[in-house]
This record gives sequence, structure tokens and C-alpha cells, in this order.
Amino acid sequence: MSAILAVRDLEKTFGSLVAAHDITVSVPAEQTVGVIGANGAGKTTFINMITGHLRPTKGGIWFEDQEITGKPSREITRLGISRSFQVAQIFPSLTVFDNVCVAAAIARRSGGMWGSITTPVRSPDATAEAEATIELFQIGRYRDTPANTLPQGVRKLLDIGMAVVGWPRLLLLDEPTSGISIEEKFDLMNVVMSALKTRKITVLFVEHDMEIVARFADRVLAFYDGTVIADGTPTDTLDSPRVQELISGVRLKPAAGSGGHA
Amino acid sequence: MFLFAAAAAPLLPEWIVSLTTIAFANALVVLGLVVLWRVGLVSFGQALYYCIGAYVVALLARWTGLTDAFALIVIGGVAAGLVAVLIGFLLARYREIFFAMLSLALSMILYGVLVKTESLGSSDGFSVTTPTFLGYAPHREALGLSLYWLTLGVDAIAAVLVGAYFRSVAGALAAPIRDNEIRVEFLGVSVNSIIHAKVVIAGILGGLGGALAAMAIGHVDPNMAYWTTSGSFVFVTILAGAGSVAAAFVGSLVFEAVRSFAVDVMPGLWQMTLGSVLLLTILFLPDGLGSLVSRLKRRGEVQRP
Repeated sequence: MSAILAVRDLEKTFGSLVAAHDITVSVPAEQTVGVIGANGAGKTTFINMITGHLRPTKGGIWFEDQEITGKPSREITRLGISRSFQVAQIFPSLTVFDNVCVAAAIARRSGGMWGSITTPVRSPDATAEAEATIELFQIGRYRDTPANTLPQGVRKLLDIGMAVVGWPRLLLLDEPTSGISIEEKFDLMNVVMSALKTRKITVLFVEHDMEIVARFADRVLAFYDGTVIADGTPTDTLDSPRVQELISGVRLKPAAGSGGHA
Repeated sequence: MFLFAAAAAPLLPEWIVSLTTIAFANALVVLGLVVLWRVGLVSFGQALYYCIGAYVVALLARWTGLTDAFALIVIGGVAAGLVAVLIGFLLARYREIFFAMLSLALSMILYGVLVKTESLGSSDGFSVTTPTFLGYAPHREALGLSLYWLTLGVDAIAAVLVGAYFRSVAGALAAPIRDNEIRVEFLGVSVNSIIHAKVVIAGILGGLGGALAAMAIGHVDPNMAYWTTSGSFVFVTILAGAGSVAAAFVGSLVFEAVRSFAVDVMPGLWQMTLGSVLLLTILFLPDGLGSLVSRLKRRGEVQRP
């Protein structure tokens, strides 16, 4: 088997609250997986357990056949799992180039603290990597713009670019299109997904817009009440009566030709 | 700049040489504050390391008879650095006013201990044995010049190393950490350990400055750890700005010059003069004296086309 990510019987409880339970998923390399579900259904808990931000109460997580359950998030990042954020997490006082270059330099550094002190941040390697990533995400014309003046869509691209510059194999996108106008959403996702395809990155993305999910995901996981209630191709998952009944928003925009199920 | 200052020394009157020596010794402490300032932290207790560096030099000379200036400076810097390593475990977890106040409290603990220690002269302190330089034992004017050149040498090395540090990954992370700690953590870096390293760097620089000052003044006392001493270093940092390494040296020199001029001309009002200088700097040069250089550069670029 060559699943890049395998999750078995994952459970997370906060006191008596069960935030996630019985999650078992296996993701093959280079697949693009959409994650849907209402707020509080456990999507973000699921993502946070993979990135090491939350320690699972039960179950295990394997990345490239290595167990990463409960490892600290910094170590998981170094192993090749990266993430972007619902609200773009960038460095407002730095230019776009410096944002990406710092991220590149961090990803390429070695030798702990001493290495960080003795390696220049604008090493030829990091600079080249940053330029390539800016090119890949098509934000070249903002290269020298301070990040705090960027339009929302460019902020999102920058945030994802910073996650990608270190060549992760698995990327977790938390609502990449939140805060973006409907007209811009598809353009944004086209740029992001083609960039990620170029780098052969396996993607899990949380998304509320079902048209985006149907268009860009190879596979869809539907979360409800802390667990996965449907897992399959976008058409199968989005058309399943259970998903349509339990997750609002799915039925509002049925995919073409799926009227019979509604 | 350092070479020019070194070459000019024999032509200058003695009081300028001694004033500049003190200013450039203190500039090392300010440089340490600049390192912290860039990450958004202010230490109101940098006098702790200054005082440790100074007392280590004075005590070594007194107890072991070691008077070699080079060895004393290195040991003073290392001792302060080791204390910073220990304190850093605690300090690196705090930010903003908590960081400032905690560092202030730690320096005042040392002050309190020194004031109560009669064997070290209590609040009077004690004098420092005249240093030697690899066997060479100068007196009077030659001693002043030797200490001046030594201070310049240490400053030049520190300036080069700190400049390289600012361009390194750990150094360049200052602005990102100030902007967004969460993102830095998610890129795979421990923010606390980066800050810990900055505390240690600032501590070593503080110790070096204190060691040089002890030899230049020829006397140590607990006031070197007092909060007003820390305050004057912060004062110079605001005056200088955190824009560049050179700013720390220029700022420190301007501060000492203005202070001795003010004390000379209006002995009762020198604090007011210093306060006015700082006020004017904050109002008209919010990024410090160092920003004058970058402003002039920018103006030049605008006018050229």
C-alpha cells in the first residue's frame, strides 16, 4: 500500500464533549480531497490532529508509513506536512518576496539554532526557491509590495505559497476561498490547484462552497457530528441522500443531472 | 568608521578619548537592546549584564590578580552570557510589558544583593586594578589610548558579527515574529528558542560593555545594575533607532556628548536637556537617529531621475 496519509480510529474528546470519533481514512499520494461539513462537525479538529496542533485522545496517524500521532507540530512540519489558514497568516510588515523568502529559508535551514544563526536568510537557494514559488502562484507583480496592502485574494495566495515553498508532500488547506468574492473564487482555486498539481502535492481542503468542491476535488469526505458519514467521488458523496439531508448547502446547488436524488 | 576613529585618537584631547571610550563601551549594551528591539521586546534590565561584566572584571583582578584586558573582557562577556542562558529559559516565555518588567526585577535583585554585600564595598563599590595588555602595562594617557583602541576593536568585531546575525535566518525572523508568531511556529520554528538566543546575544553584549566600562572608569559600584542605568540604555536605543548596527554607536556617542555638554553648561538642568533631545527625536525622527541616513539616501534616489 502506498497511502501518503493513513488515519485509524481517530478520536478527540474535550472533557465530555466528543469533537471527533471513529475517523478512519487513507489518502493515496497526489489525491485532492475535499472536506465538507457544517461548522462544529469536526473538520478543523481533524486537520489540527494531523498537523499536531491537537493530540488525539485515541487512534493513530501515519504519514508516509511513519507514525506521527501526538508528535509536536514543528516536527510534523519538518516531515513534510504543511498547512494554510482560514484567515491568511502572513507577515504584514514584510514585502511579498520577504514573506516567501523567510518561509523558504526556514524550510531549508539545518543544524538547529546554530544553523539558523549562521545561515543567511537570503541565501541563493532560498532566494531562487522564493522567486519560483512567487512565479508559480502568479503574484509576481506584487513581489515588492508590503503584505499589509495586498488584496484579499493575493493574501490567500501568499499564505498558501508560504506553505508550499518548503516542498511539503501533504498540504492541508483550511477554507482557501473564505473571504473571497464568488467571482474570484474559481480563479483563485484554479491558480492554487494547478500550482499544487505541478508540485505533486497531496491536498486536503476544507470548503463550504459545493461548486468548488465538485470542480476541484478527486474525492470528498463529508463530516457530521465528529465523524465521516460519506467518503467517495464528489458526485457520489454530494449526491448521497444522507449528506444532502445532514449537511446544509449541499442541496442548494445540486450538480447537473443529480435531480433524481433530491 | 572604526578605523577613522582609531586613527584620529592620538590627535584628540584626553577628555574626548575617555568620553568616547565610555560611549563605545555602552554602545555594545545598546546594540544588544537593538537585537531585542527588532523582535518587539524592550529590556528594562540590561544593566544586569552590564553590572555582571563589570564586577567579573573587577573581582577577577582583585582575587586572582588576572589583569590582562583581553582575557578579562572575554570572561566578562561569557559570564554575562551564561547568566542570560539561565534567565532566558524564564524570560523567553514573556512578551511586551511582562518581559520588560521581569528583566527590570532581575537586575534590581542583583542591585539589592550588591548593596548588602559589605565585602564588595556595599553601595560604594570598589576600584578596578589597572589592566595590562598582553604584558604591556601603560599608564595615564597611554592607558586611556589602549583602552580606547581595545573598545573600538571589540566594537568592530561585535558590529560585524551582529550585522551578519541580522542577515541570518534567526536574525531575519525578528520582524516576522513581531508580526505573527503563530505563522512562524507553523513554519516549523520555535519562537521561544529564537527569542532565547536573542536574550543571550544581548546578554553577552551587555557583559562586554560592562567589562570595558569597568576598566575605562576604573571603578565598579552597584549603580551599574540600578534601573536608571538600564533606563539610560533604553533611552539611547530610542534615540538611535533599531534600523542599523551603526545607529547604536552613533546614538551612544551623541548621548554621551549631549550629556557631558549639558552637565558642563547647565549643571542643574542636564536631565531636562537630555529629555528635550529625546522628545525632539521621537517627534521628528520616530525611527531614531539611524533613520537620518536612510532618509537622506531615499531623498537622493528621488531627486536623481
